[in-house]
Amino acid sequence: MAVQERELPANEVLLEVKDLRTQFFTEQGVVKAVDGVSFTIKKGKVLGIVGESGCGKSITALSIMRLLPEPRGKIVSGTITFYPPEGGSVDITRLDRHSAEMRRIRGRHIAMIFQEPMTSLNPVHTIGDQIIEAIQLHQDVDKETARKRAIEVLNQVDIPHPERRINEYPHQMSGGQRQRAMIAMALSCYPSILIADEPTTALDVTIQAKILRNMRDLQRQYGMAIMLITHDLGVIGQMADEVLVMYVGRKVEQADVRELFLNPLHPYTQGLFRSIPLIGLKGKKLVPIAGSVPSPYNLPPGCYFAPRCPRAMDICRQEAPAEYEVEPGHFVSCWLYK
Amino acid sequence: MAAFIGRRFISMLITLVLVSVVGFIVINLPPGSYLDVYRAQLMVLGTSTAEQQIKALEKRYALDKPLYYQYLKWITGFVRGDFGRSFQYNREVSELVWNRLGFTVVVSVCSLVFSWIVALPIGIYSATHKYSAADNIFTFLSFIGLSIPSFLIALVLMVISSRYFGMSVGGLFSRAYENAPWSWAKLVDFLQHLWIPVVVVGLADTAGLMRVMRGNLSDILSMQYVQTARAKGLPERVVIYKHAVRNALHPLIMNLGMSLPGIISGSTVVSIVLSLPTCGPLYFNALRSQDMFLAGTFLVFMAIMLVIGNFLADIALAMVDPRIRYE
Ligand SMILES: Nc1ncnc2c1ncn2[C@@H]1O[C@H](COP(=O)(O)OP(=O)(O)OP(=O)(O)O)[C@@H](O)[C@H]1O
Ligand SMILES: [Mg+2]
Repeated sequence: MAVQERELPANEVLLEVKDLRTQFFTEQGVVKAVDGVSFTIKKGKVLGIVGESGCGKSITALSIMRLLPEPRGKIVSGTITFYPPEGGSVDITRLDRHSAEMRRIRGRHIAMIFQEPMTSLNPVHTIGDQIIEAIQLHQDVDKETARKRAIEVLNQVDIPHPERRINEYPHQMSGGQRQRAMIAMALSCYPSILIADEPTTALDVTIQAKILRNMRDLQRQYGMAIMLITHDLGVIGQMADEVLVMYVGRKVEQADVRELFLNPLHPYTQGLFRSIPLIGLKGKKLVPIAGSVPSPYNLPPGCYFAPRCPRAMDICRQEAPAEYEVEPGHFVSCWLYK
Repeated sequence: MAAFIGRRFISMLITLVLVSVVGFIVINLPPGSYLDVYRAQLMVLGTSTAEQQIKALEKRYALDKPLYYQYLKWITGFVRGDFGRSFQYNREVSELVWNRLGFTVVVSVCSLVFSWIVALPIGIYSATHKYSAADNIFTFLSFIGLSIPSFLIALVLMVISSRYFGMSVGGLFSRAYENAPWSWAKLVDFLQHLWIPVVVVGLADTAGLMRVMRGNLSDILSMQYVQTARAKGLPERVVIYKHAVRNALHPLIMNLGMSLPGIISGSTVVSIVLSLPTCGPLYFNALRSQDMFLAGTFLVFMAIMLVIGNFLADIALAMVDPRIRYE
């Protein structure tokens, strides 16, 4: 195995996001897609991010990658500090997104895979060419070595006959295989962080389970961190070490995965758990969260969840709650825990 | 790829046969063909050879035989280069068309290349700098280009080049070289005349091509795989040219296949205005005066160009898009 060994202390912080605010400037007004979110990504850990559609999960990821459709959408404040393996630190928000420095981080140190496996590979280039392109971009190797590495990494993501498949085009592969190829491409440069934006949402359940297990294995093997975006709490339970729950651009709760599943604190998190079927909780009635997500152009004052919250108090409708650390490492933004 | 080309080639041949049949029927459609007119003229003249001449013509075109026989006779002649006779000019069609075909192809191909060379970079720039000042200016210019008829541009350019540059305008040669054999001086003279029709004919397509390229490319730029390419850390230039432009070329290549027949019939009005010795005006006249073999020859030639154009476009498409190759 050619994985580079890095001597890093456990729990080392690779990425630190502080009070990130990302906004879209549209004709109808400003959309606060990410509104003051903070978290850290630690070496060898999987950070899960959950939340309903539109709560800003993808935009958080794209902010880190600096792939926002600027100038329409941009980071307006906050810091994203990346600690490269060679030492030092760099604030990604301050880099020019086209600069060589940002491009070295993108793909080399932080790789990303997307939700839509059917469209995330270029139809006119072979799988091999697309992976080899990434390898040769970031590593000083000849084409033959890059090709060997591409076959190796395709093999690692369980694509059969990689030496043959490498010459195929995306349309010759199934959705699951394409997503595996995407993962292979992301891993090809030994990134320290893999951002996976709903990597299996578009796939059927059995393939989803296989790919997730494979990702988990490779994550351990490569010793990398994963930021896993999903709206599926089942996936979170299977994959994550730590979980961050988002609602309309804000972080509402953050905890260790066991702690969150055993003891969800925020009424929104509790609602999420009540609204999905979870193994082991058979016989419980499923209750969807009442009401709907507020329009980003017309947000209520105070806590954004207050209008839907069964336990809302007067203050909830007036003032946004601060973040409280209820247990060590268990954070919640809710007036109930003041 | 070879199998793909083979399959396309066979279907191209079949199409050509069908087209020649239709072409022949069209030639024979007008009641009272030119031959009848010709016969009447000869009768009136009452020369002793009239009867013989008409007999010869009837024999040549097998007019006394059934239609399918006439077709076979015509088509076997056609492939050997005997396109029949133009009654209007009283000359063999082949004598009339080859020269003009040559000039037409030169003018059309040059203007095609001109419009692609101008339109593609502008389209790419506009798509990647949407709503910038330059993009807005190009958009404005392209709408003007789309709405001004090209013969008007031809007239304006003629006036400018004759008044301010003292050049002889119209035609493809100065009078002195018109019937001279080819020489360096004649070639230079030809090139000096060529640019006006090339620019005029080319501009007509440039505006449209620019808009199509801008639209395609901006669609493609919003595709997920373009984001994937960026996420790899590729420079924006590589993202655009390697991952986006190639996918944006599809409709243009298809369009190119369709525009090949235009190379022959192309821009008749401009050719008339600029008095170019190209096919357009000749075809136009042939149609007006029911000069059936002349018109039919052009018709078949255009069909051939269309079929060949589509054949080439298919191959080009297959080269840029593996999905078509493996269908
Ligand atoms: N290009 C854009 N222009 C304007 N607003 C946008 C744009 N992209 C995203 N947004 C807004 O940003 C907010 C967050 O979107 P985001 O894509 O991050 O949601 P998400 O949590 O990833 O949802 P999903 O689960 O559907 O992927 C949404 O309110 C969305 O409307
Ligand atoms: Mg998303």
